[in-house]
Amino acid sequence: MSLEVVVACALFAGVVAYAVLGGADFGSGFWDLTAGGSRRGAGMRTLIDRSIGPVWEANHVWLIYVLVMWWTAFPETFAAAMTTLYMPLVAALTGIVLRGAGFAFRKYAETLGQARLFGAVFAASSVVAPFFLGTVAGALASGRVPADGHGDPWSSWLAPTPLLIGAVAVGTGAFLAGTFLNAEAARSGSTALAERLRTRTLAVGAATGAAVFASLVPVARDAPALGAGLTVRAWPLMAASALGGVATLALLLRRRYGIARFTAVVAVAAVVAGWGLGQYPWLLVGETTIGEAAGARTTLQGLLVAVGVAAVVVGPALGYLFYLTQSSQWAGDHEH
Amino acid sequence: MSPADFVPHLSEAASAADPAGLLPARQQMALSLGWHIVLACFGVAFPAMIFVMHLRGIRRRDPVALELAKRWAKVSAVLFAVGVVSGTVLSFEMGLLWPGLMGTFGDVLGLPFAFEGLAFFLEAIFLGIYLYGWGRMPQRLHLLMVLPMAVTGVIGTYCVIAVNAWMNAPTGFRILDGEVVDVRPWSVLFNGHAALQFAHMWVAAYMVVGFSIAGVYAVGMLRGRRDTHHRLGFTVPFVFATVAAVAQPFAGHILGAGLDERQPAKLAAFELAETTESPAPLRIGGVYTDGEVTGSLDIPYLGSLLARNSPSAPVPGLDTIPAEDHPPVNLTHWAFQTMIGIGILLMLAVLLYWFARWRGRDLLERRWFLRFAAIGGPLAVVALEAGWIATEVGRQPWVVHGVMRTVDAAGNHAAGLWWMLAASTIGYGAMTVGAVVVLRSMARRWRTGESDLPSPYGPRSALAADGNGEAER
Ligand code: HDD
Ligand code: HEM
Ligand code: HEM
Repeated sequence: MSLEVVVACALFAGVVAYAVLGGADFGSGFWDLTAGGSRRGAGMRTLIDRSIGPVWEANHVWLIYVLVMWWTAFPETFAAAMTTLYMPLVAALTGIVLRGAGFAFRKYAETLGQARLFGAVFAASSVVAPFFLGTVAGALASGRVPADGHGDPWSSWLAPTPLLIGAVAVGTGAFLAGTFLNAEAARSGSTALAERLRTRTLAVGAATGAAVFASLVPVARDAPALGAGLTVRAWPLMAASALGGVATLALLLRRRYGIARFTAVVAVAAVVAGWGLGQYPWLLVGETTIGEAAGARTTLQGLLVAVGVAAVVVGPALGYLFYLTQSSQWAGDHEH
Repeated sequence: MSPADFVPHLSEAASAADPAGLLPARQQMALSLGWHIVLACFGVAFPAMIFVMHLRGIRRRDPVALELAKRWAKVSAVLFAVGVVSGTVLSFEMGLLWPGLMGTFGDVLGLPFAFEGLAFFLEAIFLGIYLYGWGRMPQRLHLLMVLPMAVTGVIGTYCVIAVNAWMNAPTGFRILDGEVVDVRPWSVLFNGHAALQFAHMWVAAYMVVGFSIAGVYAVGMLRGRRDTHHRLGFTVPFVFATVAAVAQPFAGHILGAGLDERQPAKLAAFELAETTESPAPLRIGGVYTDGEVTGSLDIPYLGSLLARNSPSAPVPGLDTIPAEDHPPVNLTHWAFQTMIGIGILLMLAVLLYWFARWRGRDLLERRWFLRFAAIGGPLAVVALEAGWIATEVGRQPWVVHGVMRTVDAAGNHAAGLWWMLAASTIGYGAMTVGAVVVLRSMARRWRTGESDLPSPYGPRSALAADGNGEAER
């Protein structure tokens, strides 16, 4: 593997991590949005706050990681994407900002009225942001970003593949968050809530899975290179994703919430990885390959040093955080 | 400088030939960075203060200190969250607003950002652990979770500032036939100017946070709440602010050394030097119009002494620099002097406080001092913003000094940018209001004796009925 491809893999690993962790984070906003009125939804909202509270900031640094790796390793394609896709990017950015602020403010809101306002902002923007991020991914994957940038600001993302991927991004996030919250609810003994989540997660999961595989047909027509990549080169990953999805649904049916989280992660990570493998070796499909897009070699080497340090330093710390949030002292109902 | 003065000066910088997208892009960058930097200061400096307070609480079994540490942690949760999202805005904006800069120099300036990202990762992780660890972890282990945050704050700040220092004094690449070649990213990360700029910014963060938090308790004391809680809440941040305020003028003076070679136009604007003079006077106030300085108070020799460390060395004048390379002179000059004026004022104020204390007088008994302490935080913020305006506007018309003009860095979507600027002004305004409302309501509830502040996700009865009794506590 050449140096450029190694760096591209490191970057793409960040995309997968963000799709899973950031996706689950956004997805919890979907459940917040659909939890019902303030009386009925109170339990769900408390659960959501408790489970994403400690991790949401860390989950979002993956996005920063991806952006920084991208502009450092492949600067011209970054500029090309930014000058073309600024509309969905600004929309996604707005969503990210509003949801973070809304979430933090709600936590310490004084009155129910305030909590509802901040909560609505948080929940609605949590659905908006992944949709637009998905359209960005779809625009890149379907070859709608010209190498010199300044592509059409509308037709670059208002097209079948970007819109489908946007919808899928919302669905996978909601599916992941559903399985995580389900496990959390069961663990803290909120049986009624767990049951409610179970039925709905089953529905969301089935719908998302169907959407992913049904969209292969329009994608193959709209973006032949990606379609071929997905079904030919990346078919093992797509198969893994299908298996993971079906296994999750089966596990949810049998109320095995703990393991269902892992199979759900496999399902989503495999789909995203399939996209990456499917569009290899293109960075901007049909325009620029990874090799052509790469910046200075010295910088790529420097980036690998940074990634290595991150793996040694950030990896264990992140593991510790996740371990703590899943441990029994933290599951309890202590004040925080 | 009032905001009204600010805008025409910026437009003065954007001449008729500039692309329409330049002005809104600059304003957008200034708005979001100017907003972000205030919160970033809390990310840098607040953890150390919380650590000291928490340590005191555990070591001396001091319940007042423990309670303060716990409240500060909650306040920091709100501030950090807003800081994190505003930082995300910046990383998008680098590409959205300055595609020319990122496309050309992305691989030159990227490495520091990669390490910055790493530092923020750790910061966000330990923040999560610390904030949610109250009552859930062994006390000492929990306390230790603050330390990584103070360290990563240092690393993260160094890394971003390294990029800014590189824009002021570019190194680590060559231009050959219009192409960037021979990129040495490590010399960008460790460029010679970064350490000094970092030191100044880092100290500034401690000033901003120290004076702001101390000011909150000064207001409480003004309203007659003179318990140990308020005294302690004032003293710990004030000690941090003191050290920082005394160090800052020195850090700033050293930072300015060599500016005559690095960025002569910036120095000339700082000093309002229209012609080269030796010895140069220090010009306080004044405006520069059509090559003339009017209305300034000149102190002979001091300009040379301060800028060049010598009683007679010349300060190069604007007339030695082609007009198209002049920065907006007045804005740069006034911002620079505002920063210095406030810096000296705050240094004198803290020295006065400790001198009086040493002579056995407690200025916290004096209302005039408490009033001054209450505005210390806002003053430090003004100095911080002024410092950034001085460096950034003083660098114009270059985005990378001597290498790339700001015009060439900007994108070409003009009309859209004005809409974006309008929307983000509203957005930032709303977030500011939201943060103030929430923080004030937290303070109000704490005063009335509530300590846990559970969020009202629903009517209380509904929570109990759903088997989620924990939300009731
Ligand atoms: C790492 C980079 C970086 C950092 C740390 C800062 N800036 Fe900056 N700033 C830029 C990178 C930059 C830039 C993207 O490079 C701009 C756009 C045009 C230019 O010359 O520099 C800029 C422009 C710019 C302008 C417009 C100048 C003009 O058009 O005349 C202002 C007022 C500020 N900035 C203010 C700030 C503030 C308040 C900062 C405090 C955080 C700050 N900058 C930090
Ligand atoms: C162009 C300039 C800048 C860019 C692109 C930038 C980028 C970012 C980003 C992306 C984040 C969010 C990271 C996260 O999710 O935790 C962030 C947060 C932060 N930034 Fe900036 N930043 C800039 C300027 C600065 C400056 C000048 C400082 C100096 C002190 C600074 C200090 C911080 C700190 C301490 C945080 C963490 C905030 C917190 O956790 O409370 N940034 N920045
Ligand atoms: C009283 C003494 C001070 C002196 C002599 C001083 C000097 C300087 C100089 C020379 C620069 C410009 C460097 C350049 O562009 O090359 C600068 C920038 C700056 N100053 Fe000051 N300063 C002082 C006080 C303060 C205070 C009190 C604050 C804030 C609390 C502050 C915040 C800043 C910031 C944020 C910058 C830009 C970023 C940086 O270079 O780190 N300064 N200062």
